[in-house]
Amino acid sequence: MQLTEKELEIVEILEKDSRTSTEDLAAMTGLAVNETEELLHRLEDLKIIVRYTSVVDWSKISGHEGVTAMIDVKVTPKRGVGFDEIAKRIYRYKEVKSVYLMSGAYDLSVTIEGRSMNEVARFVSNKLSTLDSVISTTTHFILKKYKHDGTIFEPEEEDKRIVVSP
Amino acid sequence: MKTTNAYLSKTVNELKPSGIRRFFDLASGMEGVISLGVGEPDFVTPWTVREAAILSLEQGYTSYTANAGLLELRQEIAAYMAREFQVAYQPDSEIIVTVGASQAIDIAFRSILDPGDEVIVVEPCFVSYSPLVSLAGGTPVHVQAETEQEFKISPKKLESAITSKTKAIMICSPNNPTGTMLNKEELQKIAEIAERYDLLVISDEIYAELVYDEVYTSMAAINGMKERTILISGFSKGFAMTGWRLGFVCAPKEITAAMLKVHQYGIMCAPIMAQYAGLEAMRNGQDEVEEMRKSYRRRRNYMVSSLNELGLSCHSPGGAFYVFPSIQTTGLTSDQFAEQLLMEEKVAVVPGSVFGESGEGYIRCSYATSIEQLQEAIKRIRRFLEKQTS
Repeated sequence: MQLTEKELEIVEILEKDSRTSTEDLAAMTGLAVNETEELLHRLEDLKIIVRYTSVVDWSKISGHEGVTAMIDVKVTPKRGVGFDEIAKRIYRYKEVKSVYLMSGAYDLSVTIEGRSMNEVARFVSNKLSTLDSVISTTTHFILKKYKHDGTIFEPEEEDKRIVVSP
Repeated sequence: MKTTNAYLSKTVNELKPSGIRRFFDLASGMEGVISLGVGEPDFVTPWTVREAAILSLEQGYTSYTANAGLLELRQEIAAYMAREFQVAYQPDSEIIVTVGASQAIDIAFRSILDPGDEVIVVEPCFVSYSPLVSLAGGTPVHVQAETEQEFKISPKKLESAITSKTKAIMICSPNNPTGTMLNKEELQKIAEIAERYDLLVISDEIYAELVYDEVYTSMAAINGMKERTILISGFSKGFAMTGWRLGFVCAPKEITAAMLKVHQYGIMCAPIMAQYAGLEAMRNGQDEVEEMRKSYRRRRNYMVSSLNELGLSCHSPGGAFYVFPSIQTTGLTSDQFAEQLLMEEKVAVVPGSVFGESGEGYIRCSYATSIEQLQEAIKRIRRFLEKQTS
């Protein structure tokens, strides 16, 4: 689907900061506020803007640090439905945060979040690897998130410029 | 012994210190200042560029380069200028890599001016043009841009400032401090005058990458103008590389040869690590420039709409990262406005008068600052204005 320049602009701004107010969006794009509102509704209806969300650094919240694992899954595709059916069986679990079909050495990349390594291990051995079409799984635990969804988790670098310059 | 001051050159003695200095001193000591006073990008140099410079150091590139700069870089600049701005320059005879665009301006003036020669400087403008003309032995003649016409240049006014001593016209588009961009037709009118009176044009095009509405036209791309244009540009603004001090100048080969003499005796060459960084910027920096450009445009729109709403009227500037609103409704001078705003609300702006007489009644607000900071600045300016009227 082709978007207009203004629509693209709005999508890009919101992807960086979903809390940008309609008034500010209007000012930044040079649209009227009601036009901006209509545009937003359209983008939402079309599911181009799927959800407004926040990037949370859970590692900072005591007791909620959790663990994330990325699992390479090899599967046997099924006649007629290919990988879609098995992907659906996997993504319906609430522990599963993302499922991607991959090119290369394995088929599905599955991201799991759990409270502990044990919990993730249990999910992999009891649920994931026992699914009919699953041939093998390789689990990689994430040790530290440096950058997530384009956001660097380190404190922002301070402005090093001098305050007034020609 | 004479008093120490008596040793100083008359020309230097007569130079006024930049009015920006005072605001810098005022703002520097303060906590919690939001600065709209900064004339440089808020982006850090793209990582790919920084990484290329680090690699060049690791590989031991720490020597002088050719006076005119690495040939490889001049070739890249030539290709870039042809691709982006449709101007063709020979890397071996028409381009010099300089220490920032500032040095390029300096060697341009010093190569063309004799005592008594006049340079028409259109103001409001960057603070160093006139002092550099004076230091080169010339005489700056100021022509004021049209405050009522978005600070464009009136060909008539320009023409009436020409005397038998005029050698060149200095222009800057997009302009610092007004952000005004001259389009092709407007440049053509200046070109006609330059041709009619046989003058050079020194065209500061340092903000050429940062234009938001119209396609950018270089003065050198105007028919017949390449031969009489000294084109100044660099990496500082478009590529967010101010601290690297890397610029360049493109000019007809006779002028380039003259500038190269001044450059080689005065500076030798631009720093080699900066030159390697520049090479990477031109080869692989385009996507990031485009990202920055988009971000500036959003902020420009936000600032123009917010300031106008506050009653500080301003036009929507076509380029650079400045808006230049009028503060005349407050009854304050631009100096008073800037100082009181800084003291009462901790927002630093630069009084327009710093950039020339016609800048009086205006302030320069740089929007090279995060949108959150701009929002907070607008909030504070609103509060400041409300106090003025109550």
